[in-house]
Amino acid sequence: MTIQESKVELIEEFEMFDDWMDRYNYIIEMGKDIEPLADDLKIKKYLISGCQSQLWLIAELVDGKILFKADSDAIITKGIAQLLLRVVNNRTPQEIIDEDFSFIDMIGLKEHLSPTRSNGLTSMIKQIKLYALVFKAKAQQQL
Amino acid sequence: MSIDIDKIRADFPILSTKVRTKKLVYFDNGATSQKPQMVIDSMTNYYQQQNSNVHRGVHYLSQIATDAMESARENIRKYLNAASVEEVIFTKGTTESINLVANSFSKVFITEGDNIIVSEMEHHANIVPWQMMCKEKKVELKVARVNDDGSLDIDYLKSLFTDRTKLISLAHISNVMGVINPVKEIISYAHSNGAKVMLDGAQATPHSVIDMQDLDVDFFAFSAHKMYGPTGVGILYGKKKLLEQMPPYQFGGEMIDKVSFEETTFNVLPFKFEAGTPMIAEIIGLSSAIDYMQEIGIQNIADYEHELLEYATSKLEKIDGLRIIGDTKNKASVVSFVVKGVHHYDIGSLLDQFGIAVRTGNHCAQPLMKSMGISGTVRASFAFYNTKEEIDVFMEALNKALNMLT
Ligand SMILES: Cc1ncc(COP(=O)(O)O)c(C=O)c1O
Repeated sequence: MTIQESKVELIEEFEMFDDWMDRYNYIIEMGKDIEPLADDLKIKKYLISGCQSQLWLIAELVDGKILFKADSDAIITKGIAQLLLRVVNNRTPQEIIDEDFSFIDMIGLKEHLSPTRSNGLTSMIKQIKLYALVFKAKAQQQL
Repeated sequence: MSIDIDKIRADFPILSTKVRTKKLVYFDNGATSQKPQMVIDSMTNYYQQQNSNVHRGVHYLSQIATDAMESARENIRKYLNAASVEEVIFTKGTTESINLVANSFSKVFITEGDNIIVSEMEHHANIVPWQMMCKEKKVELKVARVNDDGSLDIDYLKSLFTDRTKLISLAHISNVMGVINPVKEIISYAHSNGAKVMLDGAQATPHSVIDMQDLDVDFFAFSAHKMYGPTGVGILYGKKKLLEQMPPYQFGGEMIDKVSFEETTFNVLPFKFEAGTPMIAEIIGLSSAIDYMQEIGIQNIADYEHELLEYATSKLEKIDGLRIIGDTKNKASVVSFVVKGVHHYDIGSLLDQFGIAVRTGNHCAQPLMKSMGISGTVRASFAFYNTKEEIDVFMEALNKALNMLT
C-alpha cells in the first residue's frame, strides 16, 4: 500500500463514524492493537515530551525504509500513535519528510493537533519527521 | 440560610458555555474558579471611570484610583481579620507571595546550619522557592510525611523540629486531595519551638472562613483567581513585626522613600514590598470577589460545597477499582481519584468529550504522587455554583468512559 492509499483507507474508516464516541472507541481499539514495547526499551531516550501520558517512539532504518515502534501508558495516546504508524511505517525517509499530516484533520482529530494540547501528537509528528531527516542525512553520508 | 443556586449560576456568564454541543460542567475550580458578573463589572467600571496611576498624582483621577485601591486593601484586611492594613501586601499570586517570603525572610532570619520544614503534599510553588533558598543558604530542607489516607503524619512532623528550625511552610488545604491540615495545632506547636509558620492558603480561601489573628499564623499566601477574582493578583499577609525587619524583595518605583545615587531609603509597609505600578484593576476585582462571597456567606458556601463533596464521594466509592486519593474526614470540596488499569489522561480526555472539565495529571505535586505511588490522578473540584445534577452528569459520563476504556 502506498502512503497515499493508507491515508485514504484511514479516512474512509473514520467516515463510517458519525459521533465522537464511535471515533474514540475505534482509536481505543487501535491502541489495543499496538504491539507493546519491551520494558527495557521504555527508557528516557525514547520518551517524547509534551504529553501527560508517557509515550515512547523508536525507529530503525531497514532496507531504506523506516520501521517505527511506539507505546504509551495511556490507551488513547497509544491509539493515536498506532494510527500515525499505519501511515508512516515502512516508508522512505523522503516520503515522511514530504508528508504534511493533513489527513489528521480529515479524520476529525483536528483538535488533537493543537500544539497546546498535552497529548503529544504534535511532538510525536515532530519526532517522526526528525527521525526521517536523520536517516536521510545518514544515508547521504554513506553515498 | 441556604444557597439560591439558580440565582448564583446566573451570576456567572461563562457557566452557560457549550462545549461542542454539550453543556459545560466545570469541575476544575481548584485550578481556577469562574468569575461572577459583579467582579467583571468592578474591573470594567474601574477602567471606564477611575483609571489612573496610584499614589503619585495630585490630580482628581489619581486620587480616586488611589482611594479605590486602598479601600480594597482595607476590605481585604477585614476579610482576613488582619490587625493592620500594613500587613496586607499585593503580589501577583500565591507563587509570588511564597517567593517573597523565601527571599526576604531568609535574608534576616536564616543562617547556615538552620533548617526549615515543608511537607510531601505541597504544590511545587511551596517547594521550589524553599529548595532554592536552602541551597543558597546551606540550610536543610526537611520534609514532613503524608499518611496513606492523605493526612499529615503529625507525630513525625513534630519530630522534625529542632532548635535550629526557623520556619515551616505548609498547605492549609491540599490542592490534590482537598485534605484540610490541622494548621492551628501545627502553628502553636511551631511557635512553642520558636519557629515561624507560613501557610499556602491558595485552596483555603475559596472554601473556608479564615482569620489571621485567630490562626496566629506568621505568613499567609493566596491567589484571587481561585476565589472568584481575577488572575494576576494575590495577597501576602505577614505579621507586621516580621515584615518590618525583612528587606524589600524587588526594587523600583512605589517602594522607595528617597533615591540618590549614593543611597536609597525604602518606603514604609506595605509599599516597601510593592515595587512598580500595582495591578490596580485586579485588586479592585479581588475586593469585589470577597464582597460577593460574603454576600452569599462563606460558611454557607463551605456547607453547600461539603454536601457536593459527600454526594460525589459516595457515588465514586461505588465504582469498581476506583481509589480516592485523600480519604480523611476533614476535606474541602476536592476529590482526586485513580482507577485501576486506566490512565488518568484517558479518563480526562473522554470526560472532556462529554463537556466535563476536570484536571488530570500530577497537579504540580510530583513529590506527593511519588509518595502515593501513582503517576497522576483525575481531580474534580467543586465550587458553590456546581450542582448535584452536574455530579450526576459527571458520574454517567465517567461510567461510560470507563466502559470504553476497560
Ligand atoms: C496549593 C496551591 N499552592 C500554590 C498554587 C499556585 O498558585 P498561583 O499559580 O496562583 O500562584 C496553587 C495553584 O494551583 C495551589 O493550588
